[in-house]
Amino acid sequence: MSVLVILISVSILVAGGFLVAFLWSVRKGQFDDDYTPSVRMLFDDTPPPASRATDSLSEADKPSPVKTKHS
Amino acid sequence: MALPKTIPVTAAGRPLRTDPAPASVKTQCFHCGTSCDHSIGADGRYFCCDGCRFVYQLLQENGLCNYYDLTQTPGIRVMGRFASEKFAYLDHPEIQQQLIRFTDGRQTQVSFYLPQMHCASCIWLLENLRSLQPGILHSTTHFQRKELFVVFDPGQTTLRKVVELLAFVGYEPYISLDNAGARRERKVNRRQLIRIGVAGFCFSNIMMLSFPEYFSSGSMDLPYLRHLFSYLNLALALPVFFYSAAGFFESAWKGLRQRWLNIDAPIALAILVTFTRSVYEILSGAGPGYLDSMSGIVLFMLAGRWFQDKTYDSFSFDRDYKAYFPLGVTVITSAGEQVATINSLAKGDQVLVRSREMVPADGILQSPEARVDYSFVSGENTPVIRRRGELIYAGANLLSGAVTLEVVRPVSQSYITQLWNQADPRGDRKNTEKSFIHPWSRYFTLVLLGIALLAALYWWVADPTQILPAVTSSLIVACPCSLLLSATFTYGNMLRQFGRGHLYLKNASVIESLSRVNTIVFDKTGTLTHATQADISFEGRPLEPGEARAIAALAAQSVHPMSRLLRDWLLAQHGTGNYSVSDFTEYPGHGTEARIDGRFIRLGSRAFVTGGDSGPQGSGTGQVLVSLDGALRGAFRVGNRYRDGVPEMAAGLLAGGYRLHVLSGDHDAEQDRLRKMFGPQTILRFNQSPHDKRAYIERLRDDDPSAVVLMLGDGLNDAGALLCSDAGIAVSEHVSQFTPASDAILDSDSLTAVDRFLAYARSGKRVVTQSFVLSILYNLVGLSFAVRAALSPLVAAILMPVSSVSIVLFVTAATSLAARRRNVPRRDDAHTTL
Repeated sequence: MSVLVILISVSILVAGGFLVAFLWSVRKGQFDDDYTPSVRMLFDDTPPPASRATDSLSEADKPSPVKTKHS
Repeated sequence: MALPKTIPVTAAGRPLRTDPAPASVKTQCFHCGTSCDHSIGADGRYFCCDGCRFVYQLLQENGLCNYYDLTQTPGIRVMGRFASEKFAYLDHPEIQQQLIRFTDGRQTQVSFYLPQMHCASCIWLLENLRSLQPGILHSTTHFQRKELFVVFDPGQTTLRKVVELLAFVGYEPYISLDNAGARRERKVNRRQLIRIGVAGFCFSNIMMLSFPEYFSSGSMDLPYLRHLFSYLNLALALPVFFYSAAGFFESAWKGLRQRWLNIDAPIALAILVTFTRSVYEILSGAGPGYLDSMSGIVLFMLAGRWFQDKTYDSFSFDRDYKAYFPLGVTVITSAGEQVATINSLAKGDQVLVRSREMVPADGILQSPEARVDYSFVSGENTPVIRRRGELIYAGANLLSGAVTLEVVRPVSQSYITQLWNQADPRGDRKNTEKSFIHPWSRYFTLVLLGIALLAALYWWVADPTQILPAVTSSLIVACPCSLLLSATFTYGNMLRQFGRGHLYLKNASVIESLSRVNTIVFDKTGTLTHATQADISFEGRPLEPGEARAIAALAAQSVHPMSRLLRDWLLAQHGTGNYSVSDFTEYPGHGTEARIDGRFIRLGSRAFVTGGDSGPQGSGTGQVLVSLDGALRGAFRVGNRYRDGVPEMAAGLLAGGYRLHVLSGDHDAEQDRLRKMFGPQTILRFNQSPHDKRAYIERLRDDDPSAVVLMLGDGLNDAGALLCSDAGIAVSEHVSQFTPASDAILDSDSLTAVDRFLAYARSGKRVVTQSFVLSILYNLVGLSFAVRAALSPLVAAILMPVSSVSIVLFVTAATSLAARRRNVPRRDDAHTTL
């Protein structure tokens, strides 16, 4: 019946492997966010072009970029 | 007409176009989906305002138009242009230090809270920020927490520029010094998960190793295997006992130190007794012990807690006044303008407040005139004019151009913050984790100890060797596991059902408060009424379309909210035409006049239009008079627009026997309408200051000790009342926006379901009672074995999971059924139920 001892130790080792994998994934933050990655994976892989306009924002710094129309 | 220095923005936050544009073609803004006309366009697409168009053009230039492909009209309406100096305080090193999480000179990491995040497009755009600004290296979102984590290169860009970019594209971060706690909470969550994982691992392996024992009815062929299994079980039980169950011991010990047997005490006792007895049995070779039951208890209890603790990550229920005020203010010193932190403001400082900024501290106005909106502080709808030398309270929103103020009281002592500084009358009560099952748990523990004692007495006479087995197995089998699980899962499922109806509760104990409510106090403005819409009627001989359009053209010239409401109403009624406007003059606080196509029109208060005595009929009564060529033509009555279904809700609540009260910060012009809706027995109070509201709730509770008060309010002006009621619900048109500290947040579209929510809360109590009876039955069965000292590990191992699982199934089904029967609204949209 010593085969039982071997089987049991193997089964516990396998289960322990899963436990370690679980602990690792929790610590790595795999369970921190269970929504965003599901959306992120649907985005296209081609990254949008790197920023070319360096002063795109400085428009916002101007006091009044809104053009008001007059009748 | 002179262009105002600041961008005119209406009550709805929409940059105002001063032309009555042709409204004939209706379409949806390509960016944000607001219905609009074809007056603003680019690339064949149409926008509701220039703000939206600018964002579109910025994204288009940078090749980010994918934003519009992922979701239809994903954009956020840009709430008016921010003044260029609005984020200047982010250059202040002291403030930076508090916001930045990490920096090494080449990389700076910072995370923001963006309540506007609502769809896949938002995630996409925010994670591609680096395409919009060179210095940004990397950005990641956490959708449920509505957080954005940004890594940028401080050599190329600055914190202020990053925030300005976010604000420009419509995601103005909510910056406050007290959201530093979020990170610690996450660590706690991880530990909880690991505890469950460890308990699950050990439980399943212990079960596996116990099977031979169950089926060999106590006599295994090979004794060495039996020993091996027992010792393995013991080894596997150690992490469960010392690590996974540690939380129960801590909580029970805390309770005992305060001389209070909380619900964790009997669990901790059961775990402790089971473990020691099992260790004793195994070491002495007397039997296999009950380690399977013990680890099962721990696993189920931890899982139940996890289920209950999973609440709404993105809501904050504990905001105090600090969350509303800006972090930095501009102080004028002899050296010029300087940015200072808000806490450093002292009496006598001169502060500069810009348009659409909040006044940070009570101060005396130094500039000639300011138009301020007090709706946040007092609940009054109409903006007021303050002149040089008058006091402006903190919390007011500045509508006109930049002004300077001399601080008379530091922030912590200002009028509005006093609401919080008063001691909370129920502080203790609210902080202790009160739960409906606590008195029972105490009772339960005492009864259990009594039964164990009786069994011990019996066996002392009959057979003293059976005392120990009988007592310990009573304690093991009667663990309040199923009792506790029933409350946990009942309330957990009810929280979810409430959430589907857009009522988000802070925690499960609020359900219990709601179930006892018998008095309901409503705030009027913003709660019962729409915040930005109004009912308008015209008194006098009906207007001809030509007259109406001319009046609309005049109203369109002013940025006063009343004018805007009038304009929209007239346009909707009569359409538009093109008119030449000349000689336009606005008299703040009184009215406007202009010559429209040659006709001289005046619009404003009675005193202004008729030139007579102002009398009691000020502009505050919601009446706007109009005269054509000097002759009085009639009056517009601008009344509050009540939310649909308010009368039905009031009738339902009155029929349910609730006592109703309505408090309003406004004048009593609405008294008759409210009376009609709420019936004669409802108490109506007008002109209530925030302090009055708070005092009113306190008086209600003092006068009648049996009164359990539910307060529904919206703004900061209701914050004091929300705090000192038994259950305070903050009503909000956008649940992700900032609401005052409260027990629950209710989406305004579900306001009229309050009666059904309350009925549902009461039904929850019944479900808990039923499941309690059920779990008592299970306990009786188990105890009948235990007191006879005949509890085999097999019986314990079967009874324990069967009772737990059946109770969980029962309460989940019962609460879902009750929600359907009480017609609790279900609004299954992805954005807000998350």
